[in-house]
Amino acid sequence: MLAHLINGISLGSIYAIIALGYTMVYGIAKMLNFAHGDVIMVGGYVSFCSMMYLGFPAPLAVLLAMIVCTTLGITIERLAYKPLRSATSLAVLITAIGMSYFLQNAALIIWGANPKAFPNMFKDIEAIEFAGARISPVALVAIVANVIIMVALTLFTSRTKVGKAMRAVSEDKGAATLMGINVNFTISLTFAIGSGLAAIAGVLLCTAYPTLMPTTGSMPGIKAFTAAVFGGIGSIPGAMIGGILLGVIEIFARAYISSELADAIVFGVLIVVLIFRPTGLLGKQIHEKV
Amino acid sequence: MFSFKKASGLSKKAFINYAIVIVFYLVFQILVSTGNITSALKGQLIPITCYMIMAVSLNLVVGISGELSLGHAGFMSVGAFTAVIISSAMGNASNPAKLFVSILVGAILAGIAGFLIGIPVLRLNGDYLAIVTLAFGEIIKNILNCLYVGIDEKGLHFAFNNPDALGMDPLGKVIINGPMGAVGISKIATFSGAVILLLIVLIIIQNLVNSRTGRAIMAIRDNRIAAESMGISPMKYKMLAFTISAAMAGSAGAVYALNYSTLVPKKFDFNTSILVLVFVVLGGIGNMTGSLIAAGILVVLPELLRKFSDYRMLVYAIVLILVMLVTNNEKLKGRMDIFAKKVRMKISKGGKKK
Amino acid sequence: MKKKLLSLIMVGAMVLSMTACGQGGNTGSGNTGSGASGNGALTGTLKLGVIGPLTGGAAIYGNAVANGAKIAVDEINAEGTGFTIELQAQDDEHDAEKSVNAYHQLQDWGVQAIAGTVTTTPCIAVSAEANSDRVFMLTPSASAVAVTEGKDNVFQLCFADPNQGSASAQYIFDNKLATKVAIIYNNADAYSTGIYQTFKAKAAELGLEVVSETTFTDDTTDFSVQVGDAQSNGADLVFLPIYYTPASLILQQAASAGYEPKFFGVDGMDGILTIEGFDTSLAEGVMLLTPFSADATDDLTKNFVAKYNESYGEVPSQFAADGYDCAYAIKAALEFYAAKNGGLDVTDMSSADLCEILISVFTDPDFSADGVTGLGMVWDTNGQVNKQPKAVVIKDGVYVGM
Repeated sequence: MLAHLINGISLGSIYAIIALGYTMVYGIAKMLNFAHGDVIMVGGYVSFCSMMYLGFPAPLAVLLAMIVCTTLGITIERLAYKPLRSATSLAVLITAIGMSYFLQNAALIIWGANPKAFPNMFKDIEAIEFAGARISPVALVAIVANVIIMVALTLFTSRTKVGKAMRAVSEDKGAATLMGINVNFTISLTFAIGSGLAAIAGVLLCTAYPTLMPTTGSMPGIKAFTAAVFGGIGSIPGAMIGGILLGVIEIFARAYISSELADAIVFGVLIVVLIFRPTGLLGKQIHEKV
Repeated sequence: MFSFKKASGLSKKAFINYAIVIVFYLVFQILVSTGNITSALKGQLIPITCYMIMAVSLNLVVGISGELSLGHAGFMSVGAFTAVIISSAMGNASNPAKLFVSILVGAILAGIAGFLIGIPVLRLNGDYLAIVTLAFGEIIKNILNCLYVGIDEKGLHFAFNNPDALGMDPLGKVIINGPMGAVGISKIATFSGAVILLLIVLIIIQNLVNSRTGRAIMAIRDNRIAAESMGISPMKYKMLAFTISAAMAGSAGAVYALNYSTLVPKKFDFNTSILVLVFVVLGGIGNMTGSLIAAGILVVLPELLRKFSDYRMLVYAIVLILVMLVTNNEKLKGRMDIFAKKVRMKISKGGKKK
Repeated sequence: MKKKLLSLIMVGAMVLSMTACGQGGNTGSGNTGSGASGNGALTGTLKLGVIGPLTGGAAIYGNAVANGAKIAVDEINAEGTGFTIELQAQDDEHDAEKSVNAYHQLQDWGVQAIAGTVTTTPCIAVSAEANSDRVFMLTPSASAVAVTEGKDNVFQLCFADPNQGSASAQYIFDNKLATKVAIIYNNADAYSTGIYQTFKAKAAELGLEVVSETTFTDDTTDFSVQVGDAQSNGADLVFLPIYYTPASLILQQAASAGYEPKFFGVDGMDGILTIEGFDTSLAEGVMLLTPFSADATDDLTKNFVAKYNESYGEVPSQFAADGYDCAYAIKAALEFYAAKNGGLDVTDMSSADLCEILISVFTDPDFSADGVTGLGMVWDTNGQVNKQPKAVVIKDGVYVGM
């Protein structure tokens, strides 16, 4: 029971970090960035290669993955999304899907179809025994990283000037421009942060579940997207709550109900939540103007 | 808002669509009967037609009713698996009769699924609605993954999540085997049957769009509050469009299923829903002609790109992104329009400006 | 306006593509072999098609088969006996619809026999088409019974699922490897479920106690629940009738949960040591039944492994070996027929004629083929192969025979 809870929270923490990328980008650009899951996959491959081929130590590999993913995120935004800023959201959605196909197939060509086993960075650290349940180091790191990221991001968006600019852009682009905020820069920055977080999530995901394939990011991506909606898309604490709840529900459904129906139960809970709270748990209720 | 002129324009467009389908049918039928067609293209005729039905039916929801649905493949799978069960249960009946009943029952059950799912879904708006349709698509896939159906002398046996609970005679045959899906489906779908279905679907959609009901649906899409104040019930009309669209997707699924000897629930996942959505968006939202053509081209395109081997899907992705950029970016669009004008001048007549 | 232009372009593209296809279909001339038949020799050029997932989530299996077949074909063509093979591999993304498309592409190319398809569900769809078109199929790795059932033209090079399950249960029982057994299998996979069912039936017959049965599907990466169930039920052996990618995840997650039972796998487990970056110490003591092991010391295997490594920079998996053997088995069958019937020139022979020849040879009790996945492979009239699995255990990161 406790073991399942811990597994669920650890899985949920990874979902939460991915969900942050979705939520921030949605909040500011009002678009569903379907390629986000594939940025995670790229982060996984970059850190894998730097550890295996270049012999980098783990922290340096993570840093490199973050740099590459951040650059990738900004590039994708500039090339594919920025030209569509005034287009319909559906057009942007399809472009994002095209980008997701592109990244997956590019990865297939660069790294091949064979799965790679991600090296365990915490190999030498013993698992902690707690009330009869074992907490693996990666689970602990995922949970701690999640909390740190959440606090840092909340502080960033509420205290710093750029963070405030971000919130302003997400409220009203036109008014933000009038106030002298560089909207394009702010959006790029959001993509950069989201993609950097995706790199961290990629490393954590691959450490916890060490197979790395070109399709590694797609299912966690959809789950995390669900988590973001669950918590209220656009809300940072919402992403955290949504992610953790989703992870816990998934593990419990699998353990106590049926492993085949686990996904159906997760999505079912999402639907029930949305019926009663149409904008997610912590989402803002937008009132219609007549 | 919807002047008479626009309505008559629609019926002209409707005529063009029937003409396209009939020409499409005749050309390929002649090619097939004279043997002038590659087996690659011949083998794709039925799936292409199914995807065309999928595209126009999704366009009814996305284009006419204005709701983004990411779970359309779920309805297709309801129709598909229903058709597998019905066609096996009908035993020795003639193939056209089996096909007809399978399509009909498949469409009805998918329509019921659409109605039930529509009740919660259509209360939501925008991206929340989209994610819930995605969720329902995944739930349908998951439930079908747990469905076991067998047939023996006593008739059909159903079991959920436990293949041992079928309780069949030893001579019984398992039709649907959980996540492994259905095997040994008799391939009774025909190109003619699929095209007739496509025509029926088009007739229904175009008459609906061009009717009082259709105008009510579009009025809700354009301005819900204004429509409501005119006494139009948004829920009722949205529901109507959603259910009809689901039933049509089910009929497409039925034909699709009966064209292959095996079928797995996984086929109808999120990616298939997205594929159909891409047809709709690339063809032009609300534009049925566009949906037909885009579905035709985009189903054939990956096959044509086979010579790029490993780079095939990469090229497909790049084409997709570029088309979206060219058709949606203001600057690029402007250039395209100028180019289009020049082409048009050369070709002749000069069409109406939209 | 723009939409109309777009549709204009699209129609243009469609017409162009149709004509392009049409041309492709007609230009199907192969190299002419020496053509001298009558002396019992096999001559001419065979157009052999491979269908499998070369992209997408299952790409690893399709690529391995295609690469293995390529090596065999290169070897055969280099022999200079007057018989050559032209090989074409088509992608099916592990999808029945795409697989049938790939099959039709091969038809347009003029394919004479098919080594494929690689994965089970697409194989069932394609074999139905091939059965009505009379095209011979030898699948390297689609192991479900439904693949060959009722289709006289479809043969398997891999074990059919039922054989492996009962052989594993028998082996575990005979060697008293365990008292309580747990099974984790992929119930979305015909291969895994098939082995599970026969294993369970045999285990019940032998009185082997199965204490935990858990399932997963293709997308699963978190196995904590499955591993936890086996652990809490006190299983001392976990039977894994699954492919090596999920198996590597299970090994890793069992280790991190502090659970150290014996693990017993089947042929899909082969390849676990070749995963790049995999900590092989996790696989220490894992036992498996497999027809192919890359560490075998016979000349055939050594040659194949060396060539594969040279060409693709990795150790071949069982799938690659199956692909390699498929090409050789078809060649052996044609040679068998040529020797009996005073020669055979396969150039431009219709696939239907060739299909009947190959069926007659494969069902001939005197015909057997040797390959890296087994010596003296023979086929029954159901299309199933009969060969002996070897039990191996992983010690110090290599396979050791048991």
